[in-house]
Amino acid sequence: MTHAGAADAAIDIRNLQFSYGDGPDVLDIAALTVQRGARVFLHGPSGCGKTTLLGILAGVLPATTGQVRVLDRDLVTMRSAQRDAFRAEHVGYVFQQFNLIPYLSAYDNIALPCRLDARRHARLGTTSLDTAIRDVASQLDITTLLGQRSTELSVGQQQRVAAARALLAAPELVICDEPTSSLDPDRRDAFLALLAQSVAHANATLLFVSHDAALGERFDVQLSLPQLNRAARTAEAA
Amino acid sequence: MLFQLAWRSLRNRPVTSLLTVAAVALSITLLLGVEQARRGMRESFTGTIKGTDLVVGARGGTLQLLLGAVFGIGSPTGSVPYAVYEQWSRHPAIRWTVPLAIGDSHRGYRVIGTTAGLFEHWRYRSAGRLTFAQGRVIEGADDMVLGSEVAARLGYRVGTDVTVGHGLNAVAGLGDHEAHPFTVVGVLDQTFTPLDRALFVTLDGIEAMHEEGEVHAASGTAASPSSMPGAGTPPPMPGADAPPIMPGAEPAPVIRGADAPPVMPGAEPAAVMPGTDAPPVMSGAQAAPPGTRNIFEDEPKALSAFLVGTRTRYETLQLQREINRYKPEPMTAVIPGVTLGELWRTLGTVEGGLRLVGALTIVVGLIGMLVALYSSLESRRREMAVLRAVGARPSMIVSLLVLESGLLTLLGCVLGVALTMGGFAIAQGMIEANTGVHIAVQAPGSLEWIYIGVVLAAGVLVGLVPAWRAYRSSLADGLSPRL
Repeated sequence: MTHAGAADAAIDIRNLQFSYGDGPDVLDIAALTVQRGARVFLHGPSGCGKTTLLGILAGVLPATTGQVRVLDRDLVTMRSAQRDAFRAEHVGYVFQQFNLIPYLSAYDNIALPCRLDARRHARLGTTSLDTAIRDVASQLDITTLLGQRSTELSVGQQQRVAAARALLAAPELVICDEPTSSLDPDRRDAFLALLAQSVAHANATLLFVSHDAALGERFDVQLSLPQLNRAARTAEAA
Repeated sequence: MLFQLAWRSLRNRPVTSLLTVAAVALSITLLLGVEQARRGMRESFTGTIKGTDLVVGARGGTLQLLLGAVFGIGSPTGSVPYAVYEQWSRHPAIRWTVPLAIGDSHRGYRVIGTTAGLFEHWRYRSAGRLTFAQGRVIEGADDMVLGSEVAARLGYRVGTDVTVGHGLNAVAGLGDHEAHPFTVVGVLDQTFTPLDRALFVTLDGIEAMHEEGEVHAASGTAASPSSMPGAGTPPPMPGADAPPIMPGAEPAPVIRGADAPPVMPGAEPAAVMPGTDAPPVMSGAQAAPPGTRNIFEDEPKALSAFLVGTRTRYETLQLQREINRYKPEPMTAVIPGVTLGELWRTLGTVEGGLRLVGALTIVVGLIGMLVALYSSLESRRREMAVLRAVGARPSMIVSLLVLESGLLTLLGCVLGVALTMGGFAIAQGMIEANTGVHIAVQAPGSLEWIYIGVVLAAGVLVGLVPAWRAYRSSLADGLSPRL
């Protein structure tokens, strides 16, 4: 099997099967490719293996079969420490909610990836960390919130701080796991607009996962996990 | 960065963190306090009597003899006739002797009858000699030298006249030998030993005081106006005496005994001189207040104990054996260091028990910390997932929690050391006033540092327990903790 265009793929999955321990397969994906720079919407209602897939792509869960190439590195062959380092350097991640460390300010939360990982910090080049934080904060319109404790922020503000953190030092891949599901429609739209803008500015690939298929229209590519994941189909059939 | 995270995480839970630190600090304080008290007490006792090879007294308990004669704790074992003392002091193995006559007091401080040799031969701490803040040594029967604390507390200085009471627990004014006031001729520098709380007079002074007391009492009974001083020192005028001791102003009558009528000191014509012509009157029942024992009334020429310096260590042992076997007069001779060693061995069990309690308190403190950290983990799973998402390795999660427990323990240790030293600095005076033991505030010694090191290591190890759980759950949770 030849992998056409695999060289410029941000994500290239072939024959991935995954199960927790000795349990049944949760994931069984023949092929999934995301082009670099693409803004991809992955539709995934709950129970279709969405969380597992994202865990594997982020390098937290170990895939042992098939091929999971992210930014031209095969996560299957990497050791867990290498995957952690890889994630720290190349991936931004936004959760559905509770993204922030409660005892740190918004500023310190945004700074975390660069402070914890020297290579992520090195991506800033000559830009200082402070400048980079203020830059990404202004893109997401949270400049005035930087000094506040994360517990003082509203949910929408927290999500924007989380997005700023994910985008700091321009990682190649940004993964958002239902980042808008705890927001009301107005805030959701505002968040999506800011996110799209910032991702474009950072030149990153965006993988946006949501159970809300209606959001899909705003993205370049729409994928459906239940269709890709054979394990979910068999589970549903059974 | 991790340090900062750990620190802020702890500050985010101020109540739990402070309580944990307090628990560790208090347990450290207990452990170090026991150790400090033990060391301080030993150094204080050992440092009090250096240079004295033997303490000799009437047959009795070695510890009682040493504590009573040297440390002013309890009363000496009995009395040794002066003649026996004189005989022994001519022994060839003996380099020097210092007699001690203990049995009277002044305002709760002991009055010790001795010789000027005491000031020459007594050594304390690292072979320090007694030095005088003011004045000179005792020579005559009226001379008195004060320990530094006596002088400071009572405001006495050279020239002050002092009367002495019967017994070791005499109340001022009750049974005072007001007939023979002493005059302060010297004040010692502070030594941090029981000497600071003693008044020193000559043996002649003790004798004179008691003889006069008897004659005085007798004269009170006989109302003899003719017992005026013949020659020598001028009679002290009680009524004209300077404060703070004003026998003439004492409101309470001096009780001399059931058979004697109360005597008003101010009304007395004058004190009676110590006379070589006046025979000592034996009237113990008459003079001593009920319950107080006064050896001088029974045997005017008797000592409570005497200190001995020998030439060699070997002779010390020889002499000790000789004295202990001396048939004509049953006596006990103790080597201070050996007897203190016995005391430490006796106290060793208690100390061991206290140390065990201290160690157990540490365990309890650390378990408290374990509970606090462990129970916080459930609510921190989200935090761990976030840290993982931004690139933290599982080992970082472990480090974070170990760092937190390490920080809590470290703070507890620092606070504990501060509490111990501060506590002793504050309690020092109280301990000294109550027990006569001066405990120096010292930086932790090597043993204490070992304790602290062990506690720190234990604190870090304790942190591994929640860290291990966080590690496992962060591996299992990945980026999506099940809340």
